[in-house]
Amino acid sequence: MMKVGLDVGSTTVKCVVLDEANNILFSTYERHYSQIKQKIADVLTKAKRAVPQCDNSPLGISGSAGMGLAEACGIDFVQEVYATRVATNTFIPGTDVVIELGGEDAKILFLTGGMEVRMNGTCAGGTGAFIDQMATLLNVPIEELNALAEKSEKVYTIASRCGVFAKTDIQPLLNQGARKSDIAQSIFNAVVNQTVAGLAQGREITGQVVYLGGPLTFMEQLRKDFDKVLKTEGICPENSLYYVSCGAALCAQKAVNFEQVISEINNYHGSGNFAYNPPLFKNKEEYRAFEERHQKATVKTGDLDTYKGKVFVGIDAGSTTVKAVVVGEDGQLLKSSYLPNSGNPVPIIKDFLEKLYEECPDIDVASSAVTGYGEEIIKNAFMVDYGIVETVAHFTAAKSFMPDVEFIIDIGGQDIKCFKIHNKAIDNIFLNEACSSGCGSFLQTFANALGYSIEEFSKLGLFAKQPVDLGSRCTVFMNSSVKQAQKDGATIEDISAGLSLSVVKNALYKVIRVSDPNKLGTKIVVQGGTFLNDAVLRAFEQEMGVEVVRPTISGLMGAYGAALYAQANYKEGKSTLITAQQLKNFVHEITVVNCGGCSNNCRLTINKFSDGRRFIGGNRCEKPITKKKPNEALNIYEYKLKLLQEYKPKPGKRGKIGLPMGLNIYELLPFWYAFFTELGFEVCTSPISNRKIYASGQQTIPSDTVCYPAKLMHGHVQTLINEGIDTIFYPCLSYNFDEGMGDNHYNCPVVAYYSEVIKTNMKDVRKITFINDYFGIHRKKDFPKKACEILAKYFDGITLKEVKNAAKLAYIEYDRHMAKIKARGEAIIEQARHEKKEIIVLAGRPYHVDPEINKGIDKLISSFNVAIVSEDVVCDKVEKFRTGVLNQWTYHARLYSAAHYIAQHDDINLVQLVSFGCGVDAITTDEVREILESEGKIYTQIKIDEITNLGAVKIRLRSLLAAIEEQKNKEKINANN
Amino acid sequence: MATLEYDKTGRLLFTKEMKKEYKILLPMMAATQFRIMKRVFDEYGYNTELLETDGPEIAQVGLKYVHNDTCYPALLVIGQFIHALQSGKYDVHKTALLITQTGGGCRASNYIHLLRKALKKAGLDFVPVISLNMSGLESNPGFKLTLPIIRKLVGALVYGDTLMLLRNQTKPYEVNKGESDALVNSWIDNIINQFNQGKGFKLEQQKQNLDDIARSFAQIKLDKVPKIKVGVVGEIYVKYAPLGNNNLEAFLQEQDCEVCVPGIMGFALFKVDNRLQDIKLYGGNAIKFKLINALYKYLEKMESLIINCTVKYGFTPPGKYSHLRDLVDGVIGLGNKMGEGWLLTAEMLELAESGYPNIVCTQPFGCLPNHICGKGMIRKIKEINPKANIVAIDYDPGASRVNQENRIKLMLSVAKENLQKQQSTEHHSTVQKVKVKAKAKALAD
Repeated sequence: MMKVGLDVGSTTVKCVVLDEANNILFSTYERHYSQIKQKIADVLTKAKRAVPQCDNSPLGISGSAGMGLAEACGIDFVQEVYATRVATNTFIPGTDVVIELGGEDAKILFLTGGMEVRMNGTCAGGTGAFIDQMATLLNVPIEELNALAEKSEKVYTIASRCGVFAKTDIQPLLNQGARKSDIAQSIFNAVVNQTVAGLAQGREITGQVVYLGGPLTFMEQLRKDFDKVLKTEGICPENSLYYVSCGAALCAQKAVNFEQVISEINNYHGSGNFAYNPPLFKNKEEYRAFEERHQKATVKTGDLDTYKGKVFVGIDAGSTTVKAVVVGEDGQLLKSSYLPNSGNPVPIIKDFLEKLYEECPDIDVASSAVTGYGEEIIKNAFMVDYGIVETVAHFTAAKSFMPDVEFIIDIGGQDIKCFKIHNKAIDNIFLNEACSSGCGSFLQTFANALGYSIEEFSKLGLFAKQPVDLGSRCTVFMNSSVKQAQKDGATIEDISAGLSLSVVKNALYKVIRVSDPNKLGTKIVVQGGTFLNDAVLRAFEQEMGVEVVRPTISGLMGAYGAALYAQANYKEGKSTLITAQQLKNFVHEITVVNCGGCSNNCRLTINKFSDGRRFIGGNRCEKPITKKKPNEALNIYEYKLKLLQEYKPKPGKRGKIGLPMGLNIYELLPFWYAFFTELGFEVCTSPISNRKIYASGQQTIPSDTVCYPAKLMHGHVQTLINEGIDTIFYPCLSYNFDEGMGDNHYNCPVVAYYSEVIKTNMKDVRKITFINDYFGIHRKKDFPKKACEILAKYFDGITLKEVKNAAKLAYIEYDRHMAKIKARGEAIIEQARHEKKEIIVLAGRPYHVDPEINKGIDKLISSFNVAIVSEDVVCDKVEKFRTGVLNQWTYHARLYSAAHYIAQHDDINLVQLVSFGCGVDAITTDEVREILESEGKIYTQIKIDEITNLGAVKIRLRSLLAAIEEQKNKEKINANN
Repeated sequence: MATLEYDKTGRLLFTKEMKKEYKILLPMMAATQFRIMKRVFDEYGYNTELLETDGPEIAQVGLKYVHNDTCYPALLVIGQFIHALQSGKYDVHKTALLITQTGGGCRASNYIHLLRKALKKAGLDFVPVISLNMSGLESNPGFKLTLPIIRKLVGALVYGDTLMLLRNQTKPYEVNKGESDALVNSWIDNIINQFNQGKGFKLEQQKQNLDDIARSFAQIKLDKVPKIKVGVVGEIYVKYAPLGNNNLEAFLQEQDCEVCVPGIMGFALFKVDNRLQDIKLYGGNAIKFKLINALYKYLEKMESLIINCTVKYGFTPPGKYSHLRDLVDGVIGLGNKMGEGWLLTAEMLELAESGYPNIVCTQPFGCLPNHICGKGMIRKIKEINPKANIVAIDYDPGASRVNQENRIKLMLSVAKENLQKQQSTEHHSTVQKVKVKAKAKALAD
């Protein structure tokens, strides 16, 4: 008897007909554009036409989108991974591991030696969809990506956790002029890393490997990359796209009549039970009134051909679009251009200027300014007068529409930027974390995936009856929520409106975190390309319950603001902007090198221009450009790192003991070093972290959503083992020292217990002595006795007397270390005050000193000529006080106290480093913010992860510094009055 | 009318007047246990209501008032409270909220503070919040957790755990559909009735009641066809609360599985034992140790009641706490106490050992302790017991049900295959069980 299998995936439908000997008689692979029911009917009809006898055969359905449908229609449902397994065992017996990448799923199946299946977690996002997104970003058809990757010369590190992160990495690379082929290859590498690190979870991939699914079938280069990393040669079988549908067919038992199935499927309407919001517009009249109201926010325009006088050029080189405007002396808009940024903004601006000079040979450009992601390269390439941070540009533009504006929100392709205006100065800035970015471009990608243009797609939602409630989470989550909604019977209109609402909710609840619109004020200007979309605009007004101003040039506001800024700062004479003559000889060359300036080893993109000028991108500090080191003296992070490096191994009678440098060991190194050195051990620490160390342990990480500092521990332990150390000490510490600032003195669960994960998940740890017992360093009196008992389990002949003595020295050394840091910190503050420098407390955890964790943010800040101290320098300058939350963690208590101190001092500001996935910081960030804002201070938070690019961080820091500056100026003016 | 009174730190107190005038809202977690426990409070003169509201709005309200990266249970519990207060159903000036506070090193100890922050944001900061804790964290003049109350709460827990356990073992096989649930409901009424008459708490009465209960369940007519047996473990809220786990138990029952959810008693023992372990590991007061140990022994006694009555009538008893502790020897340290700590690992080992090798390990997205004692231990558990077939499921407002169910179905597919294999080699099973135990011990050594 024949068997039929259907695989209804997130983007495609696949169908096969098998004969009795399991030969494939018919197969088809089609995109369904979310029209699932129709597509199933189509492929079944096709199958019947091709193989008439297959009707009334057993039919099995598999695939994430087929689940509810199969159940409701009484068809056999086969879970897709299980289907793959059945098919592989049938067609390629002897297979050990299957790696399958689908539209949104990545899976690894271990078939032999203890069957195991792994699917990507909710956070890991899609891989096929991810590659799709990246191709869109590079502006190449997906088919070309493979060919591009083959030609690559270099590989960049791209965060592999999820698409949104990778995007944040890739965009700046494009803007800096990196080659597309290199980026294509880097994307493949990221996919491989993600799959291996995220899914293998400590299990080795060996033996016969089989590659399945769309991306691996179509992209040879991607397969090669897997081969390389896995050190194997996997096979991609014929029909690799159809394994799930074959498996479904193989498992099918119930024979069905096609016509009956098609009619049942057509009658299937899902539960109709999805959460939804009220419609955006009740009727056409309401929409018309809305349109009219927003038409009023226009800007004066003029005709460039007839205009006489000075002009000002403003450019906004954004992440997905490049905007340029020419503005006259009265602020009238003379010319504008809004173009997609297909990767490199330089040719786009060159084109714009060429046309401008061609159309108006006599143009009198008085001044110019550029803002946005591509600010630096454009400023350098075309000798633009001013480069300004985006927040300043947008504020300048918004003021021209609403002089007393209280709140500005800009949703662009990748960023959400919001700022509160207080006393006519930027008072508070909210930028999205890497994890909720991509909202504007997400709408676009989604529209394209469903076969619509963004304009068409968003219009669909205007009159949707039940806009789907998709929540306010990262875009990857939304993908699966949309799937769920479709299953439940939501229409495409409902989904369109729902996505627009999600964009708004992300901005409000995830970025700004408002609960009450009144807090944002009533004078709100919205802007950015995404707000040109009426559905998004309406959703925003609805959600906020206020009417807002959307300038008709909403998408051009950054450029317009830059032009106005150029005008306001115009002094005399001519603009430095490249002239028509110079433009004719304009040449732009790009080379890529690795900087050897420090351990960060930044990958630098060197842009050379016609007259020998150079611009370097990708750097974290100013060293490769100025050849000078940033002011080391005023950076406590560098000092702390140096201090820890001074604990060198001293040979001892009891042999070597290894300490992995991270989490709870980091700050306690002086303690354990003194303790074990005194006991006669040679204390060896793992080296300063880098990507390589991370990579050496990444295969053994069991939970892909744990924070990066924890993930790094795998690499540190592996490095120690590789160095031949056969005793490693990495204790569990429920409690840290009680510093008297909080209600309790716990470590966070990860810092406290991560060594348990290392112990049970790292194979090589079993070959050595791994000491990870529970120590109570907080009980100074009991510690020696308890420690002695524990050590006796591992070593002979360590006496209590010895331990008592070692412990005494350990506590002394720790105190001395902390005192040194404090003294140094105070010296920095004093010097900075003396030199009238800004002081920033870069607050986080002790292990954020690790340069691989902080990504050189300390160096970046100090390149702005700012002094840096850490929270532990100032935290004991205040009395114990009551916090709004339970103050129960030692490290976090320091944050609250530091914030409390900073709130009372004008010349110090705080920037908090937060590791992605840190659950504890969900609590601390809010509390620190509240403490600071209660005294009118600005709170700045930076989320860090595997991300390597600092573009967004720079904007945030520059905005902060600009806001501080402005506040100071205001105070001066007030004081003078 | 009660006036609003604050303590020195500015915390709004629940006063004696309020006890008379206010209604106290309780969050829902484990239905059977909480329904009985609620009645204990009622008996002591509190006017309580257990919130059984449901639906996606609750998470939405939570997202509005709580930091979005906070764990899902906080979003739901706080969302449920504020949703209720805003529903118009209650006189908000005569309503108080009660929430548990464990005092451990996990974020959960902060729920009460996040709740107060959320109330402030929602303009409801005049609503008093009562902390239910055994650590002496916050006290209120109008709410005292006296020894008799604690004893009765424990008693309620014993009944609740037993009913849940028995129902789970009979329901999938019952010949007359609905019989098990009906029996649970009638017993809840019966027990509450006894409570109202001041009965049902004494040891002898407890024993008698439990015996009656187990016997009544043993009389349910069953059709014992082999079914996939699934255990559910995880972070305590998403483990039990249907609101938190998208009705996991119901879903598994629909998939024709027998579900085993380890009871709350184990967790209670764990929390008390933690204090003993702290003293053992790090040193501490010997008198304090004795006092806590007395409480521990008392709970162990209560635990034995559940075990005895279930064993007597041929049911699979809950894993004994002291046995669970032995199971993790060499796997994870007893000092691992934040969240569910080592108990979570132990429960998985015990389930696999006692015939529930298919396990759903539930946790809120980004749950810190579960990185270690849940997901971090799965590999080791499989090594010890290769039959263990575990799937880890993350819950949060963005995670879609279809993805979660798809993953669970994958686990069930493997389970089904194993079940078929097992049926063909049924007679070996008893022998194997002994072997597995021996192996676990060997590996642990």
